[in-house]
Amino acid sequence: MAANEVLLNVVDLVKHFPIMKGVLIQKQVGAVHAVDGVSFDIVKGETLGLVGESGCGKSTTGRAILQLHRPTSGSVFYEGKDLVKLKGETLRKTRRRMQMIFQDPYASLNPRMTVGQIITEPMLIHDMTTQKDTQGHAERLLKLVGLNPAYTSRYPHEFSGGQRQRIGIARALALEPALIVCDEPISALDVSIQAQVVNLLEDLQAKLGLTYLFIAHDLSMVRHISDRVAVMYLGIIVELTTRDELYSHALHPYTQALLSAVPIPDPAIEANRKRIILTGDVPSPVNPPSGCRFRTRCPIAAEICKQKKPEFREVTPGHWVACHMV
Amino acid sequence: MSELLSVQGLETQFRTREGIVHAVNGVSFGLKEGETLGIVGESGCGKSVTVMSMLRLIPSPPGKVSAGKALFQGKDLLKMSDDEIRHIRGSQISMVFQDPMTSFNPVLTIGRQVSEPLEVHMGMNRKQADDRVVEMLTKVGIPNPRDRLNDYPHQFSGGMRQRVMIAMALVCTPQVLIADEPTTALDVTIQAQIVELAKRIRDDLGMAIIWITHDLGVIAGLADRLAVMYGGYIIETAPIRDVYAHPSHPYTLGLLGSLPRMDESGQRRLVSIDGLPPVLLEKPNFCPFAPRCKYVVERCWKENPPLMQISPDHTAACWVNPETGRER
Repeated sequence: MAANEVLLNVVDLVKHFPIMKGVLIQKQVGAVHAVDGVSFDIVKGETLGLVGESGCGKSTTGRAILQLHRPTSGSVFYEGKDLVKLKGETLRKTRRRMQMIFQDPYASLNPRMTVGQIITEPMLIHDMTTQKDTQGHAERLLKLVGLNPAYTSRYPHEFSGGQRQRIGIARALALEPALIVCDEPISALDVSIQAQVVNLLEDLQAKLGLTYLFIAHDLSMVRHISDRVAVMYLGIIVELTTRDELYSHALHPYTQALLSAVPIPDPAIEANRKRIILTGDVPSPVNPPSGCRFRTRCPIAAEICKQKKPEFREVTPGHWVACHMV
Repeated sequence: MSELLSVQGLETQFRTREGIVHAVNGVSFGLKEGETLGIVGESGCGKSVTVMSMLRLIPSPPGKVSAGKALFQGKDLLKMSDDEIRHIRGSQISMVFQDPMTSFNPVLTIGRQVSEPLEVHMGMNRKQADDRVVEMLTKVGIPNPRDRLNDYPHQFSGGMRQRVMIAMALVCTPQVLIADEPTTALDVTIQAQIVELAKRIRDDLGMAIIWITHDLGVIAGLADRLAVMYGGYIIETAPIRDVYAHPSHPYTLGLLGSLPRMDESGQRRLVSIDGLPPVLLEKPNFCPFAPRCKYVVERCWKENPPLMQISPDHTAACWVNPETGRER
């Protein structure tokens, strides 16, 4: 295996949600530009962090990659195949190799199924096991995520948030995927439990050679877990580079503001920290600003930012940024 | 600085189908004039119930404040008549809630809701109240406040709604502002705006703040003192810098270790706290943190440690000194 084998290649991904009006005859009156031309690669075995504030399109990107939302345009190449062009049975077969862990461990498990059924259902669907072998698989997977294998016949409500998230991880692992899209897997959990789940994800990556797309809004956690980080704002990626480069030499003014807004748990440091406080709120994705999308809140915006959309370019090797002022 | 608010031995229980939940088990703390106290803990540790009990906002039944005192300027809030406490809530002590989406009445205008405390407590008429509301909305950074008086809550974004909520809490210039996870529902850039706002207003108006949070990052730049809660007990209190520099309870130590830090480049493995937070169905006669504690000794299972003085201004409820690993 080549060291830099690209597992997933996303090219100019666009997802617009139509806004319909009318009672009997529905007419499209606009669109929510949730994702508006996003491109990136994920190399085998790495963790790519995708950060941004709520509504910036990071979850939609994750779902569009797995074809849970069919993209409006663009391509998603996974192991050489363009998922956007696949349909039905072939799509389902290819998708087996990519799984998702959801944010809310309370809503993502069916309350009427036992843990064993939840974990092994995907295996039965994909003919990876037979009904009589499911018990063994369920026990093996529970053990893998650090739960007691005797829990297979229990129901989700008997577990705490952190334990449920482990069940969600076990379900994702059941199909032996290469890529796991983690959509804010820890933001619903308490601090002391977050660390347990993050450690588990790291252990599993080392053990099974998994590749993660880690979607989160917590920049400290993203720094901890990612190899490279992409920063999203209003449907586009504004900066993409390696973790250490991003946290030491952020170039885009949005990234800089975002980093300066994250509190550091140390009063001695906090007392002397200078913050870049952004004014206002994120504009509506129904009607995004012309030119650069960040210009309405940008402290260094100029005339050109209004007229021309900044190109997403490689400024130094491996450091991509979309800003006229860099 | 004199003591403005003093809570002593507060206990609150809830009657549920599973049994009695001991949510707060003898909590004591003081708040001086102009001081900012942070109360930190995970969900279910009793931090919100503590302040709600103090202000008599616990629905009863099923809840019951069974013991303790909450002295505000020398008078016990828990013994006051309903009229007296109503007079204090919203005028001398006011509260900002976590969720700016659900804490407003959706069918009343913002102007109407923010001016309500002024009409109730200060007896102002519509016109005077409106002027004061415009002044407050300007202070919290709402653009064109006069035009927005007739807007409804849904016409504001989350961050703006939280600003309006703060304005509402401040219209009567309270002496104590209680903020219950005011930034938890907000994005980081908006959170930074709200924290800056709170600091500026505190310095302008000189009020005392109780800031409840689960985020040891946010509170680091804001509070003067910190109280850490676990299982319905305060388990450590100290000036803010001491808590971070010399955490003296294994739980505080664990919380700090489980936080990834933005200013840290190495791939340090996070120190997680094993196990789960306690179910508060019975009041334990041992240390509530003992089942998850790395430093546990025999004594922890026999006696629940009280808050002990470990340096002049620093107390912790632990039999063991986690810095040395030996019993105190």
